[in-house]
Amino acid sequence: MAFVNLQNVTYKYPLTKTPVLQNVNLQVNEGEFVSIVGPNGAGKSTLCYALAGFVPHFFKGEISGSIEVAGKESSKSTLDEWVLNVGLAFQNPFNQISGAKYTVFEEIAFGLENIGVPREEMKSRVEDAMALTGIRDLADRSPYSLSGGQQQRVALTSILVMRPKLLVLDEPTSQMDPIGTREVFGTIRKMAEEGMTVVLVEHKVEWIAEFADRVIALKDGSVMLEGKPNEVLTSDLLAENGFGISRYTSTAREAKKQGLWKKENLPVTLDEAVEGFALTLPSPQGRGESGK
Amino acid sequence: MKIEIKDLRFTYPTGLEAISGISLTITAGEQVAIVGQNGAGKTTLVRHFNGLLQPTSGSVLIGDWDTKKTSVAKLASRVGYVFQNPDEQLFSRDVLTEVTFGPRNLGYSKEKIDGLVKRALTLTELSDKTEANPYDLSPTWRKMVALASIIAMDTPIVIFDEPTTGQDAVNVARIANVIAELRSEGKTVITITHDIDFCAENFERVVALSKGRVLLDGPAREILGQEEILAQTYVDPPQLTRLGKRLGFKETVRNQDEFLKALK
Repeated sequence: MAFVNLQNVTYKYPLTKTPVLQNVNLQVNEGEFVSIVGPNGAGKSTLCYALAGFVPHFFKGEISGSIEVAGKESSKSTLDEWVLNVGLAFQNPFNQISGAKYTVFEEIAFGLENIGVPREEMKSRVEDAMALTGIRDLADRSPYSLSGGQQQRVALTSILVMRPKLLVLDEPTSQMDPIGTREVFGTIRKMAEEGMTVVLVEHKVEWIAEFADRVIALKDGSVMLEGKPNEVLTSDLLAENGFGISRYTSTAREAKKQGLWKKENLPVTLDEAVEGFALTLPSPQGRGESGK
Repeated sequence: MKIEIKDLRFTYPTGLEAISGISLTITAGEQVAIVGQNGAGKTTLVRHFNGLLQPTSGSVLIGDWDTKKTSVAKLASRVGYVFQNPDEQLFSRDVLTEVTFGPRNLGYSKEKIDGLVKRALTLTELSDKTEANPYDLSPTWRKMVALASIIAMDTPIVIFDEPTTGQDAVNVARIANVIAELRSEGKTVITITHDIDFCAENFERVVALSKGRVLLDGPAREILGQEEILAQTYVDPPQLTRLGKRLGFKETVRNQDEFLKALK
């Protein structure tokens, strides 16, 4: 039995005319790191809300089908039971920050306070979580005095500290610098290896290819394609349907047309691109310079 | 219109020094991308251009106006600033009112306002959404409303703070198109971005900030190839630039055409 199991989920917000999710079937195994890609409006954030219980418990609206996480059925649970298993980092960190706390340290402790974690344990968990995401130096700052990327790290930390079994992340690095992004992806990968199940919505496909186990392509509220990262992310279907694709993929696709890409598979990551294009270059130029 | 920044320093009331001595000149019609790690001072810097922040020391000149002696309302006729988060910017009950608000405040004639609003809505592909409440639109379209409401003010200087954040490929192309249009009209466009590929494909000049100072400043081709220095401010060169380097190309390549040419 999959750890996350969505069966024929169709959902409509109270004021919209058409369903945002249409017959979504999705299974994720325990400890798996799955990434969801799709154009704006595909239903990615709504799917995150459904996994986190906000759909339908908070947003209301009409839902059919079933959503199960860790053996529990969403429609038979309350939101306060649900949050013990599932944590969601919002797309916009500004909307997630409580507004009730003066410092980053207190903000991160907020969720633990609400579930009644003892004071000493709370302190050490907050310390550990801040060390994990590299924000110890922000502990005494006001959450509202931070830059967008720093706020995003705080939002992520305040979810990680809850140690959810299922971690749902809606573009957690959208406002981060590239190296910060890589660090966060590394942290998430590590959490998955320690047994946390991860569902990540993301536009940065190069990093997905490097870190995720599986990719699900969502379009108009339905699953269009799923599979191994390289297979899905280099599919012609993605390019034709307005999905973001890596420059390595699009350039190699063009090169292939001109006979300048000799491999069968197209690349998504830098290493894949270097390996493939090296076959095109006349030796010895460019060989053995695979730097870092 | 020229922007002149001289020995700018800025300290937040909390005591945090965000800008530690920046001097920079941006000439009329330039397209400049500002890059750098989170907390480098990018947003703090551009908020000096329209007077939202005042220098702790040093000065910022917008044309012949010193921002210390000019009101934010007056500066708004020269500098348009699109916020990083549209939710901090939008307040009207429908898109048309929102986009009309800026040019009307600048006291343009009715004909001019109508023309500017129409053009802004067309450029941002919002013409069929004028009656919608911005908060009923998806975050993608809210971003476009934020863009439209600034473009409609027809200021000689336009600033975008992370315009591509959370946008899909189609919308990034739309935003690139808006920037190209502003360039063709001779406007100065300054963009803060972490999307270094977007930067490489749309901007001629790059300023990299680190810890409140200018780390690098120059033509995109020269700046974006300097992997080791950029790493100091947590920026990676563009994907195809990195690929070209790894393949041993002598020239710095920035886009697909340049890459394929170098490959042949």
